[in-house]
Amino acid sequence: MLKFEHVSKRYPEAGEVLRNINFSLDHGEMAFLTGHSGAGKSTLLRLIAVIERCSRGHIWLDGASVNDAKTGQIPVLRRKIGLIFQDYKLLHDRTVFDNVALPLVIAGYGHQEIGRRVRAALDKVGLLGKENKYPVTLSGGEQQRVGIARAVVNKPPMILADEPTGNLDPELSSEIMKLFEQFQQVGVTILIATHDISLISKMNYRVLKLAQGELTSD
Amino acid sequence: MLKAIQGGSKKSPRGGRARPVYPSPSSRPIDNTQTRKAGGRWRDKFNAYLELNRHELFVSLERLVDTPFSSLMTIGVLAAALTLAISFYLVVANLNQLTLGLQSTSQISLFLRDEVQDGHARKLAEKIQLNPDVQQTGMISKAQGMQDFLAYSGFAEAIQALESNPLPIVIQVQPASSATEPRQLEKLLAEFRQYVEVDRVILDMGWAQRLRALIELFEQAVMVLSIFLAAGVLLIIASTIRQELHKRRDEIIICKLIGATDGFIRRPFIFTGFWLGFFSAIMAWFVVAVMVLALKNPIENLSGQYDGNFHVLFLSYPETFIFFIVASTLGVTGSWMILQIQLRQLIPE
Repeated sequence: MLKFEHVSKRYPEAGEVLRNINFSLDHGEMAFLTGHSGAGKSTLLRLIAVIERCSRGHIWLDGASVNDAKTGQIPVLRRKIGLIFQDYKLLHDRTVFDNVALPLVIAGYGHQEIGRRVRAALDKVGLLGKENKYPVTLSGGEQQRVGIARAVVNKPPMILADEPTGNLDPELSSEIMKLFEQFQQVGVTILIATHDISLISKMNYRVLKLAQGELTSD
Repeated sequence: MLKAIQGGSKKSPRGGRARPVYPSPSSRPIDNTQTRKAGGRWRDKFNAYLELNRHELFVSLERLVDTPFSSLMTIGVLAAALTLAISFYLVVANLNQLTLGLQSTSQISLFLRDEVQDGHARKLAEKIQLNPDVQQTGMISKAQGMQDFLAYSGFAEAIQALESNPLPIVIQVQPASSATEPRQLEKLLAEFRQYVEVDRVILDMGWAQRLRALIELFEQAVMVLSIFLAAGVLLIIASTIRQELHKRRDEIIICKLIGATDGFIRRPFIFTGFWLGFFSAIMAWFVVAVMVLALKNPIENLSGQYDGNFHVLFLSYPETFIFFIVASTLGVTGSWMILQIQLRQLIPE
Protein backbone atom coordinates (compact mmCIF):
# COMPACT_ATOMS: atom_id res chain seq x y z
CA MET A 1 0.00 0.00 0.00
CA LEU A 2 2.70 2.42 1.03
CA LYS A 3 6.38 1.93 0.41
CA PHE A 4 9.39 4.13 1.16
CA GLU A 5 12.65 3.29 -0.59
CA HIS A 6 15.80 5.11 0.58
CA VAL A 7 13.84 8.31 1.00
CA SER A 8 15.63 11.47 2.07
CA LYS A 9 14.35 15.00 2.40
CA ARG A 10 16.65 17.96 2.54
CA TYR A 11 15.68 21.58 3.09
CA PRO A 12 18.08 24.27 2.02
CA GLU A 13 17.81 25.97 5.43
CA ALA A 14 17.42 23.02 7.79
CA GLY A 15 19.55 20.41 6.08
CA GLU A 16 18.57 16.78 5.94
CA VAL A 17 15.32 16.25 7.84
CA LEU A 18 14.78 12.66 6.73
CA ARG A 19 17.64 10.28 5.98
CA ASN A 20 17.39 7.04 4.06
CA ILE A 21 13.92 5.99 5.20
CA ASN A 22 12.86 2.45 4.28
CA PHE A 23 9.59 0.86 5.26
CA SER A 24 6.39 -0.43 3.81
CA LEU A 25 2.80 -0.77 4.99
CA ASP A 26 0.58 -3.53 3.71
CA HIS A 27 -3.04 -3.10 2.77
CA GLY A 28 -5.13 -2.90 5.92
CA GLU A 29 -2.17 -2.43 8.21
CA MET A 30 -2.22 0.07 11.07
CA ALA A 31 0.97 1.64 12.36
CA PHE A 32 2.12 4.47 14.59
CA LEU A 33 4.82 6.89 13.67
CA THR A 34 6.52 8.37 16.71
CA GLY A 35 9.47 10.46 17.63
CA HIS A 36 10.25 13.74 19.35
CA SER A 37 9.02 16.91 17.78
CA GLY A 38 11.39 17.80 15.00
CA ALA A 39 12.23 14.18 14.34
CA GLY A 40 10.63 14.41 10.92
CA LYS A 41 7.18 12.89 11.54
CA SER A 42 5.30 15.69 9.86
CA THR A 43 7.74 15.85 6.97
CA LEU A 44 7.24 12.15 6.36
CA LEU A 45 3.47 12.60 6.23
CA ARG A 46 3.86 15.62 3.97
CA LEU A 47 5.84 13.50 1.54
CA ILE A 48 3.06 10.92 1.38
CA ALA A 49 0.38 13.54 0.78
CA VAL A 50 2.63 15.12 -1.88
CA ILE A 51 2.61 18.42 -0.05
CA GLU A 52 6.33 18.13 -0.62
CA ARG A 53 8.56 16.00 -2.78
CA CYS A 54 11.40 13.87 -1.48
CA SER A 55 14.96 14.84 -2.38
CA ARG A 56 16.15 11.27 -2.88
CA GLY A 57 14.59 7.82 -2.97
CA HIS A 58 11.20 6.65 -4.07
CA ILE A 59 7.71 6.58 -2.56
CA TRP A 60 4.94 4.28 -3.75
CA LEU A 61 1.31 4.70 -2.80
CA ASP A 62 -1.29 2.12 -3.75
CA GLY A 63 0.85 0.92 -6.63
CA ALA A 64 1.44 4.42 -8.01
CA SER A 65 4.71 6.25 -7.88
CA VAL A 66 4.39 9.42 -5.83
CA ASN A 67 7.65 10.74 -7.23
CA ASP A 68 6.43 10.60 -10.80
CA ALA A 69 3.07 12.28 -10.11
CA LYS A 70 2.75 15.45 -12.15
CA THR A 71 1.19 18.52 -10.59
CA GLY A 72 -2.10 17.76 -12.29
CA GLN A 73 -2.17 14.26 -10.85
CA ILE A 74 -1.60 15.28 -7.25
CA PRO A 75 -5.32 15.86 -6.52
CA VAL A 76 -6.12 12.34 -7.71
CA LEU A 77 -3.36 10.91 -5.51
CA ARG A 78 -4.61 12.86 -2.50
CA ARG A 79 -8.09 11.42 -2.92
CA LYS A 80 -6.59 8.05 -2.03
CA ILE A 81 -5.61 9.43 1.35
CA GLY A 82 -7.89 10.53 4.15
CA LEU A 83 -5.97 13.22 6.02
CA ILE A 84 -6.64 13.92 9.69
CA PHE A 85 -5.05 16.87 11.45
CA GLN A 86 -4.29 17.88 15.00
CA ASP A 87 -6.23 21.12 14.55
CA TYR A 88 -9.04 19.34 12.63
CA LYS A 89 -8.91 21.89 9.79
CA LEU A 90 -12.67 22.21 9.49
CA LEU A 91 -14.41 24.99 7.57
CA HIS A 92 -16.06 27.06 10.24
CA ASP A 93 -18.56 28.79 8.00
CA ARG A 94 -20.08 25.50 6.93
CA THR A 95 -22.19 22.94 8.69
CA VAL A 96 -20.94 19.55 9.80
CA PHE A 97 -22.74 18.03 6.82
CA ASP A 98 -21.06 20.37 4.34
CA ASN A 99 -17.65 19.78 5.90
CA VAL A 100 -17.97 16.04 5.60
CA ALA A 101 -19.46 16.31 2.11
CA LEU A 102 -16.56 18.36 0.76
CA PRO A 103 -14.39 15.44 -0.50
CA LEU A 104 -17.41 14.00 -2.29
CA VAL A 105 -18.27 17.34 -3.87
CA ILE A 106 -14.68 17.63 -5.01
CA ALA A 107 -14.76 14.12 -6.45
CA GLY A 108 -17.92 15.00 -8.36
CA TYR A 109 -20.56 12.88 -6.66
CA GLY A 110 -24.23 13.48 -7.17
CA HIS A 111 -26.55 15.02 -4.64
CA GLN A 112 -28.21 11.83 -3.39
CA GLU A 113 -25.02 9.83 -3.23
CA ILE A 114 -23.45 12.60 -1.17
CA GLY A 115 -26.34 12.65 1.29
CA ARG A 116 -26.22 8.90 1.69
CA ARG A 117 -22.49 8.69 2.22
CA VAL A 118 -22.22 11.69 4.52
CA ARG A 119 -24.89 10.29 6.81
CA ALA A 120 -23.18 6.89 6.77
CA ALA A 121 -19.85 8.49 7.71
CA LEU A 122 -21.40 10.62 10.45
CA ASP A 123 -23.20 7.57 11.76
CA LYS A 124 -19.90 5.74 11.96
CA VAL A 125 -18.32 8.45 14.09
CA GLY A 126 -21.49 8.85 16.19
CA LEU A 127 -22.49 12.35 15.07
CA LEU A 128 -25.57 11.56 13.05
CA GLY A 129 -27.78 14.07 14.85
CA LYS A 130 -25.38 16.97 14.41
CA GLU A 131 -25.31 17.39 10.63
CA ASN A 132 -26.70 20.91 10.72
CA LYS A 133 -24.51 22.20 13.54
CA TYR A 134 -21.50 24.40 12.94
CA PRO A 135 -18.09 23.11 14.01
CA VAL A 136 -17.57 25.83 16.64
CA THR A 137 -20.59 24.60 18.58
CA LEU A 138 -19.02 21.18 18.96
CA SER A 139 -16.49 19.95 21.54
CA GLY A 140 -12.91 19.18 20.52
CA GLY A 141 -13.57 15.45 20.43
CA GLU A 142 -16.63 15.97 18.28
CA GLN A 143 -14.76 18.25 15.92
CA GLN A 144 -12.06 15.64 15.50
CA ARG A 145 -14.71 13.07 14.75
CA VAL A 146 -16.08 15.39 12.06
CA GLY A 147 -12.54 15.54 10.68
CA ILE A 148 -12.39 11.74 10.70
CA ALA A 149 -15.78 11.46 9.01
CA ARG A 150 -14.51 13.80 6.33
CA ALA A 151 -11.37 11.71 5.90
CA VAL A 152 -13.25 8.43 5.46
CA VAL A 153 -16.36 9.60 3.60
CA ASN A 154 -14.70 9.07 0.23
CA LYS A 155 -13.59 5.57 1.39
CA PRO A 156 -9.91 6.13 0.72
CA PRO A 157 -7.64 3.08 0.95
CA MET A 158 -5.33 4.94 3.32
CA ILE A 159 -5.71 7.23 6.32
CA LEU A 160 -2.92 9.53 7.48
CA ALA A 161 -3.38 11.15 10.87
CA ASP A 162 -1.04 13.84 12.16
CA GLU A 163 -1.29 14.00 15.97
CA PRO A 164 -5.02 13.30 15.84
CA THR A 165 -5.33 13.25 19.62
CA GLY A 166 -2.91 16.07 20.32
CA ASN A 167 -5.66 18.38 21.56
CA LEU A 168 -7.80 15.76 23.30
CA ASP A 169 -7.86 14.31 26.79
CA PRO A 170 -6.94 10.61 27.26
CA GLU A 171 -10.51 9.39 27.35
CA LEU A 172 -11.45 11.08 24.08
CA SER A 173 -8.13 9.97 22.61
CA SER A 174 -8.87 6.33 23.18
CA GLU A 175 -12.31 6.79 21.65
CA ILE A 176 -10.69 8.20 18.54
CA MET A 177 -8.24 5.31 18.48
CA LYS A 178 -11.10 2.83 18.67
CA LEU A 179 -12.55 4.51 15.60
CA PHE A 180 -9.28 4.02 13.76
CA GLU A 181 -9.25 0.36 14.75
CA GLN A 182 -12.71 -0.04 13.27
CA PHE A 183 -11.55 1.40 9.97
CA GLN A 184 -8.50 -0.80 10.00
CA GLN A 185 -10.74 -3.81 10.43
CA VAL A 186 -12.52 -3.06 7.18
CA GLY A 187 -9.24 -2.96 5.32
CA VAL A 188 -8.08 0.64 5.48
CA THR A 189 -4.35 1.24 5.84
CA ILE A 190 -3.70 3.67 8.69
CA LEU A 191 -0.58 5.59 9.66
CA ILE A 192 -0.84 7.72 12.79
CA ALA A 193 1.87 10.16 13.75
CA THR A 194 1.85 10.80 17.49
CA HIS A 195 4.19 11.38 20.39
CA ASP A 196 1.62 10.09 22.88
CA ILE A 197 3.65 7.11 24.15
CA SER A 198 1.06 6.00 26.68
CA LEU A 199 -1.54 5.78 23.97
CA ILE A 200 0.72 3.68 21.76
CA SER A 201 1.70 1.34 24.54
CA LYS A 202 -1.93 0.61 25.33
CA MET A 203 -2.44 -0.60 21.79
CA ASN A 204 -0.57 -3.39 20.21
CA TYR A 205 0.34 -2.15 16.77
CA ARG A 206 3.43 -1.66 14.71
CA VAL A 207 5.46 1.39 15.74
CA LEU A 208 7.83 3.25 13.46
CA LYS A 209 10.19 5.40 15.49
CA LEU A 210 11.95 8.38 14.00
CA ALA A 211 14.94 10.06 15.60
CA GLN A 212 16.86 12.86 13.98
CA GLY A 213 15.51 12.00 10.58
CA GLU A 214 16.27 8.30 10.72
CA LEU A 215 14.04 5.33 11.31
CA THR A 216 15.54 3.90 14.51
CA SER A 217 13.09 1.15 15.31
CA ASP A 218 10.26 -0.62 13.61
CA MET B 1 12.95 -5.41 5.58
CA LEU B 2 11.26 -3.92 8.54
CA LYS B 3 9.04 -6.14 10.53
CA ALA B 4 5.65 -5.56 12.03
CA ILE B 5 5.45 -6.16 15.71
CA GLN B 6 1.78 -5.89 16.24
CA GLY B 7 -0.73 -8.65 16.47
CA GLY B 8 -3.81 -6.84 17.54
CA SER B 9 -5.82 -7.17 14.43
CA LYS B 10 -8.87 -9.27 14.95
CA LYS B 11 -8.89 -10.13 11.31
CA SER B 12 -5.41 -11.52 11.29
CA PRO B 13 -5.71 -15.27 11.66
CA ARG B 14 -2.04 -15.80 12.46
CA GLY B 15 -1.74 -12.90 14.82
CA GLY B 16 1.09 -11.54 12.75
CA ARG B 17 1.01 -8.83 10.16
CA ALA B 18 -2.27 -7.16 9.63
CA ARG B 19 -3.12 -8.19 6.13
CA PRO B 20 -6.19 -10.19 6.94
CA VAL B 21 -8.36 -10.50 3.93
CA TYR B 22 -6.49 -8.88 1.07
CA PRO B 23 -6.39 -9.28 -1.84
CA SER B 24 -9.55 -11.26 -2.39
CA PRO B 25 -12.21 -9.32 -4.31
CA SER B 26 -14.50 -8.86 -1.32
CA SER B 27 -11.64 -7.40 0.66
CA ARG B 28 -11.55 -4.17 -1.28
CA PRO B 29 -15.09 -2.93 -1.11
CA ILE B 30 -13.75 0.56 -0.69
CA ASP B 31 -12.24 0.97 -4.11
CA ASN B 32 -14.89 -0.96 -5.90
CA THR B 33 -17.78 1.14 -4.72
CA GLN B 34 -15.86 4.25 -5.52
CA THR B 35 -15.22 3.35 -9.13
CA ARG B 36 -18.70 2.10 -9.67
CA LYS B 37 -20.47 5.08 -8.22
CA ALA B 38 -18.15 7.89 -9.17
CA GLY B 39 -16.43 6.98 -12.37
CA GLY B 40 -18.73 4.39 -13.85
CA ARG B 41 -21.73 6.40 -14.88
CA TRP B 42 -20.70 9.42 -16.81
CA ARG B 43 -24.21 10.80 -16.91
CA ASP B 44 -24.37 10.89 -13.12
CA LYS B 45 -21.03 12.62 -13.10
CA PHE B 46 -22.15 15.10 -15.72
CA ASN B 47 -25.33 15.87 -13.81
CA ALA B 48 -23.32 16.27 -10.64
CA TYR B 49 -21.01 18.63 -12.52
CA LEU B 50 -23.90 20.77 -13.73
CA GLU B 51 -25.41 20.72 -10.27
CA LEU B 52 -22.12 21.82 -8.76
CA ASN B 53 -21.74 24.67 -11.24
CA ARG B 54 -25.25 25.89 -10.66
CA HIS B 55 -24.75 25.65 -6.94
CA GLU B 56 -21.43 27.52 -7.04
CA LEU B 57 -22.92 30.19 -9.30
CA PHE B 58 -25.47 31.07 -6.66
CA VAL B 59 -23.17 30.56 -3.71
CA SER B 60 -20.77 33.10 -5.20
CA LEU B 61 -23.70 35.46 -5.70
CA GLU B 62 -24.67 34.95 -2.06
CA ARG B 63 -21.14 35.80 -0.99
CA LEU B 64 -21.38 39.12 -2.81
CA VAL B 65 -24.74 39.84 -1.20
CA ASP B 66 -23.36 38.90 2.22
CA THR B 67 -20.91 41.80 2.04
CA PRO B 68 -23.16 44.39 0.41
CA PHE B 69 -21.04 47.43 1.17
CA SER B 70 -17.75 46.25 -0.26
CA SER B 71 -19.49 44.54 -3.17
CA LEU B 72 -21.33 47.74 -4.06
CA MET B 73 -18.15 49.77 -3.84
CA THR B 74 -16.33 47.44 -6.21
CA ILE B 75 -19.28 47.30 -8.59
CA GLY B 76 -19.55 51.09 -8.43
CA VAL B 77 -15.91 51.58 -9.43
CA LEU B 78 -16.25 49.05 -12.23
CA ALA B 79 -19.48 50.67 -13.37
CA ALA B 80 -17.77 54.08 -13.49
CA ALA B 81 -15.13 52.74 -15.86
CA LEU B 82 -17.73 50.99 -18.01
CA THR B 83 -19.92 54.11 -18.04
CA LEU B 84 -17.05 56.14 -19.40
CA ALA B 85 -16.40 53.55 -22.07
CA ILE B 86 -19.99 53.40 -23.34
CA SER B 87 -20.42 57.16 -23.09
CA PHE B 88 -17.47 57.67 -25.42
CA TYR B 89 -18.79 54.99 -27.68
CA LEU B 90 -22.17 56.70 -27.88
CA VAL B 91 -20.61 60.11 -28.53
CA VAL B 92 -18.74 58.65 -31.49
CA ALA B 93 -21.84 56.86 -32.77
CA ASN B 94 -23.88 60.05 -32.54
CA LEU B 95 -21.21 62.17 -34.21
CA ASN B 96 -20.96 59.68 -37.05
CA GLN B 97 -24.62 60.24 -37.60
CA LEU B 98 -23.79 63.89 -38.38
CA THR B 99 -21.62 63.07 -41.36
CA LEU B 100 -24.03 60.53 -42.83
CA GLY B 101 -25.52 61.74 -46.11
CA LEU B 102 -23.17 64.68 -46.36
CA GLN B 103 -21.64 65.03 -49.83
CA SER B 104 -17.95 65.17 -50.07
CA THR B 105 -17.04 68.65 -51.23
CA SER B 106 -13.36 68.12 -51.72
CA GLN B 107 -11.85 70.05 -54.56
CA ILE B 108 -8.39 70.10 -56.04
CA SER B 109 -7.01 73.34 -57.44
CA LEU B 110 -4.17 73.20 -59.97
CA PHE B 111 -2.30 76.50 -60.24
CA LEU B 112 -0.58 76.56 -63.61
CA ARG B 113 2.73 78.19 -64.49
CA ASP B 114 2.66 81.80 -65.55
CA GLU B 115 3.77 81.07 -69.10
CA VAL B 116 0.96 78.60 -69.84
CA GLN B 117 -1.62 80.00 -72.23
CA ASP B 118 -5.41 79.65 -71.95
CA GLY B 119 -5.72 77.32 -74.94
CA HIS B 120 -3.10 74.95 -73.59
CA ALA B 121 -4.73 75.02 -70.19
CA ARG B 122 -8.09 74.11 -71.68
CA LYS B 123 -6.54 71.08 -73.35
CA LEU B 124 -4.98 70.04 -70.08
CA ALA B 125 -8.34 70.36 -68.34
CA GLU B 126 -9.91 68.13 -70.96
CA LYS B 127 -7.12 65.60 -70.52
CA ILE B 128 -7.68 65.55 -66.78
CA GLN B 129 -11.37 65.13 -67.32
CA LEU B 130 -10.64 61.73 -68.91
CA ASN B 131 -9.27 60.38 -65.64
CA PRO B 132 -11.91 57.99 -64.18
CA ASP B 133 -11.25 59.37 -60.68
CA VAL B 134 -12.30 62.83 -61.80
CA GLN B 135 -15.89 63.85 -61.94
CA GLN B 136 -15.63 67.33 -63.33
CA THR B 137 -13.07 69.95 -64.22
CA GLY B 138 -13.42 73.65 -64.59
CA MET B 139 -10.99 76.32 -65.72
CA ILE B 140 -10.55 79.83 -64.45
CA SER B 141 -8.63 81.91 -66.97
CA LYS B 142 -6.33 84.75 -65.98
CA ALA B 143 -8.90 87.32 -67.00
CA GLN B 144 -11.77 85.63 -65.20
CA GLY B 145 -9.64 85.21 -62.15
CA MET B 146 -8.92 88.91 -62.19
CA GLN B 147 -12.60 89.73 -62.53
CA ASP B 148 -13.53 87.56 -59.61
CA PHE B 149 -10.72 88.99 -57.57
CA LEU B 150 -11.77 92.51 -58.33
CA ALA B 151 -15.35 91.76 -57.48
CA TYR B 152 -14.82 89.92 -54.19
CA SER B 153 -11.51 90.92 -52.66
CA GLY B 154 -11.98 94.62 -52.08
CA PHE B 155 -8.44 95.30 -53.36
CA ALA B 156 -9.68 96.51 -56.75
CA GLU B 157 -7.72 99.75 -56.73
CA ALA B 158 -4.50 98.19 -55.68
CA ILE B 159 -4.78 95.50 -58.32
CA GLN B 160 -5.55 97.93 -61.08
CA ALA B 161 -2.32 99.69 -60.31
CA LEU B 162 -0.41 96.59 -61.43
CA GLU B 163 0.91 96.52 -64.97
CA SER B 164 0.26 92.89 -65.74
CA ASN B 165 -2.15 90.28 -64.43
CA PRO B 166 -0.26 88.33 -61.74
CA LEU B 167 -2.95 85.69 -61.29
CA PRO B 168 -2.26 82.19 -62.62
CA ILE B 169 -4.69 80.06 -64.57
CA VAL B 170 -6.48 77.66 -62.24
CA ILE B 171 -7.95 74.30 -63.16
CA GLN B 172 -10.49 73.14 -60.60
CA VAL B 173 -10.90 69.41 -60.28
CA GLN B 174 -13.84 67.76 -58.58
CA PRO B 175 -12.85 64.18 -57.69
CA ALA B 176 -15.32 61.44 -58.50
CA SER B 177 -17.56 60.36 -55.63
CA SER B 178 -15.75 57.02 -55.76
CA ALA B 179 -12.45 58.74 -55.00
CA THR B 180 -12.99 60.56 -51.72
CA GLU B 181 -10.69 58.45 -49.54
CA PRO B 182 -7.55 60.29 -48.48
CA ARG B 183 -5.36 57.69 -50.16
CA GLN B 184 -7.13 58.06 -53.50
CA LEU B 185 -6.92 61.83 -53.27
CA GLU B 186 -3.20 61.59 -52.53
CA LYS B 187 -2.77 59.52 -55.67
CA LEU B 188 -4.60 62.11 -57.74
CA LEU B 189 -2.51 64.90 -56.28
CA ALA B 190 0.71 63.09 -57.08
CA GLU B 191 -0.46 62.56 -60.63
CA PHE B 192 -1.31 66.23 -61.10
CA ARG B 193 2.03 67.36 -59.72
CA GLN B 194 3.77 65.52 -62.53
CA TYR B 195 2.31 67.78 -65.26
CA VAL B 196 4.93 70.28 -66.37
CA GLU B 197 2.30 72.98 -66.72
CA VAL B 198 1.33 72.70 -63.08
CA ASP B 199 3.02 74.96 -60.62
CA ARG B 200 1.17 74.10 -57.40
CA VAL B 201 -1.52 71.67 -56.42
CA ILE B 202 -3.80 72.42 -53.49
CA LEU B 203 -6.32 70.10 -51.97
CA ASP B 204 -9.33 71.90 -50.62
CA MET B 205 -10.97 69.48 -48.28
CA GLY B 206 -14.66 69.97 -47.69
CA TRP B 207 -15.84 70.66 -44.17
CA ALA B 208 -17.75 67.40 -44.09
CA GLN B 209 -14.57 65.57 -44.81
CA ARG B 210 -12.68 67.53 -42.23
CA LEU B 211 -15.36 66.65 -39.73
CA ARG B 212 -15.13 63.01 -40.73
CA ALA B 213 -11.37 63.00 -40.30
CA LEU B 214 -11.78 64.63 -36.92
CA ILE B 215 -14.33 62.06 -35.84
CA GLU B 216 -12.05 59.30 -37.03
CA LEU B 217 -9.29 60.70 -34.90
CA PHE B 218 -11.67 60.92 -31.97
CA GLU B 219 -12.76 57.36 -32.62
CA GLN B 220 -9.21 56.16 -32.40
CA ALA B 221 -8.67 58.09 -29.20
CA VAL B 222 -11.81 56.46 -27.80
CA MET B 223 -10.49 53.06 -28.82
CA VAL B 224 -7.24 53.62 -26.96
CA LEU B 225 -9.12 54.95 -23.94
CA SER B 226 -11.42 51.94 -24.00
CA ILE B 227 -8.44 49.62 -23.91
CA PHE B 228 -7.16 51.45 -20.85
CA LEU B 229 -10.58 51.31 -19.25
CA ALA B 230 -10.85 47.59 -19.95
CA ALA B 231 -7.40 47.08 -18.44
CA GLY B 232 -8.60 49.07 -15.42
CA VAL B 233 -11.65 46.83 -15.09
CA LEU B 234 -9.44 43.74 -15.29
CA LEU B 235 -7.13 45.07 -12.60
CA ILE B 236 -9.96 46.06 -10.27
CA ILE B 237 -11.52 42.62 -10.59
CA ALA B 238 -8.15 40.93 -10.15
CA SER B 239 -7.49 42.89 -6.99
CA THR B 240 -10.96 42.14 -5.61
CA ILE B 241 -10.54 38.43 -6.29
CA ARG B 242 -7.09 38.52 -4.74
CA GLN B 243 -8.54 39.90 -1.51
CA GLU B 244 -11.21 37.23 -1.59
CA LEU B 245 -8.53 34.58 -2.10
CA HIS B 246 -6.64 35.77 0.91
CA LYS B 247 -9.78 35.85 3.01
CA ARG B 248 -10.50 32.24 2.08
CA ARG B 249 -6.92 31.03 2.17
CA ASP B 250 -7.50 28.36 4.82
CA GLU B 251 -10.46 26.99 2.96
CA ILE B 252 -8.48 26.73 -0.26
CA ILE B 253 -5.64 24.95 1.48
CA ILE B 254 -8.02 22.47 3.09
CA CYS B 255 -9.66 21.82 -0.27
CA LYS B 256 -6.26 21.26 -1.85
CA LEU B 257 -5.36 18.81 0.90
CA ILE B 258 -8.42 16.71 0.32
CA GLY B 259 -7.83 16.38 -3.38
CA ALA B 260 -9.41 19.43 -4.98
CA THR B 261 -8.11 20.25 -8.43
CA ASP B 262 -7.18 23.81 -9.30
CA GLY B 263 -10.26 23.90 -11.49
CA PHE B 264 -12.48 23.14 -8.53
CA ILE B 265 -10.85 25.83 -6.41
CA ARG B 266 -10.94 28.33 -9.24
CA ARG B 267 -14.63 27.89 -10.03
CA PRO B 268 -16.30 30.01 -7.31
CA PHE B 269 -13.85 32.85 -7.89
CA ILE B 270 -14.45 32.78 -11.62
CA PHE B 271 -18.16 33.03 -10.89
CA THR B 272 -17.53 35.96 -8.54
CA GLY B 273 -15.64 37.69 -11.36
CA PHE B 274 -18.53 37.00 -13.69
CA TRP B 275 -21.07 38.50 -11.28
CA LEU B 276 -18.92 41.58 -10.69
CA GLY B 277 -18.65 42.21 -14.43
CA PHE B 278 -22.32 41.50 -15.00
CA PHE B 279 -23.64 43.73 -12.21
CA SER B 280 -21.36 46.61 -13.05
CA ALA B 281 -22.60 46.34 -16.65
CA ILE B 282 -26.17 46.65 -15.41
CA MET B 283 -25.26 49.65 -13.28
CA ALA B 284 -23.33 51.34 -16.10
CA TRP B 285 -26.18 50.71 -18.51
CA PHE B 286 -28.63 52.44 -16.21
CA VAL B 287 -26.34 55.40 -15.59
CA VAL B 288 -25.85 55.92 -19.32
CA ALA B 289 -29.56 55.46 -19.98
CA VAL B 290 -30.35 58.20 -17.47
CA MET B 291 -27.71 60.49 -18.99
CA VAL B 292 -29.05 59.95 -22.50
CA LEU B 293 -32.62 60.56 -21.36
CA ALA B 294 -31.60 63.78 -19.67
CA LEU B 295 -29.68 65.06 -22.73
CA LYS B 296 -32.04 63.82 -25.42
CA ASN B 297 -34.54 66.67 -25.36
CA PRO B 298 -32.12 69.58 -25.13
CA ILE B 299 -29.98 68.17 -27.97
CA GLU B 300 -32.90 67.46 -30.24
CA ASN B 301 -34.37 70.91 -29.53
CA LEU B 302 -31.08 72.48 -30.48
CA SER B 303 -30.86 70.38 -33.62
CA GLY B 304 -34.43 71.36 -34.49
CA GLN B 305 -33.55 75.03 -34.29
CA TYR B 306 -30.90 74.50 -36.96
CA ASP B 307 -33.37 72.58 -39.10
CA GLY B 308 -31.40 69.48 -38.27
CA ASN B 309 -32.73 66.02 -38.18
CA PHE B 310 -30.57 64.72 -35.37
CA HIS B 311 -31.78 61.93 -33.10
CA VAL B 312 -29.83 60.93 -30.05
CA LEU B 313 -28.77 57.29 -30.41
CA PHE B 314 -28.65 54.83 -27.52
CA LEU B 315 -27.33 51.26 -27.39
CA SER B 316 -29.36 48.96 -29.60
CA TYR B 317 -30.44 45.54 -28.33
CA PRO B 318 -27.50 43.72 -29.95
CA GLU B 319 -25.11 46.38 -28.67
CA THR B 320 -26.51 46.05 -25.16
CA PHE B 321 -26.17 42.30 -25.40
CA ILE B 322 -22.56 42.55 -26.58
CA PHE B 323 -21.81 45.07 -23.87
CA PHE B 324 -23.05 42.67 -21.18
CA ILE B 325 -21.04 39.84 -22.68
CA VAL B 326 -17.89 41.95 -22.84
CA ALA B 327 -18.27 43.16 -19.25
CA SER B 328 -18.89 39.64 -17.93
CA THR B 329 -15.97 38.30 -19.95
CA LEU B 330 -13.74 40.97 -18.47
CA GLY B 331 -14.86 39.81 -15.03
CA VAL B 332 -14.09 36.19 -15.79
CA THR B 333 -10.76 37.05 -17.42
CA GLY B 334 -9.67 39.30 -14.56
CA SER B 335 -10.31 36.66 -11.95
CA TRP B 336 -8.81 33.91 -14.07
CA MET B 337 -5.61 35.93 -14.51
CA ILE B 338 -5.08 36.49 -10.82
CA LEU B 339 -5.98 32.88 -9.99
CA GLN B 340 -3.34 31.62 -12.41
CA ILE B 341 -0.76 33.64 -10.52
CA GLN B 342 -1.98 33.19 -6.96
CA LEU B 343 -3.10 29.57 -6.79
CA ARG B 344 0.39 28.38 -7.55
CA GLN B 345 1.59 30.25 -4.49
CA LEU B 346 -1.03 28.80 -2.18
CA ILE B 347 0.66 25.64 -1.03
CA PRO B 348 -0.60 23.65 1.95
CA GLU B 349 1.50 23.82 5.07
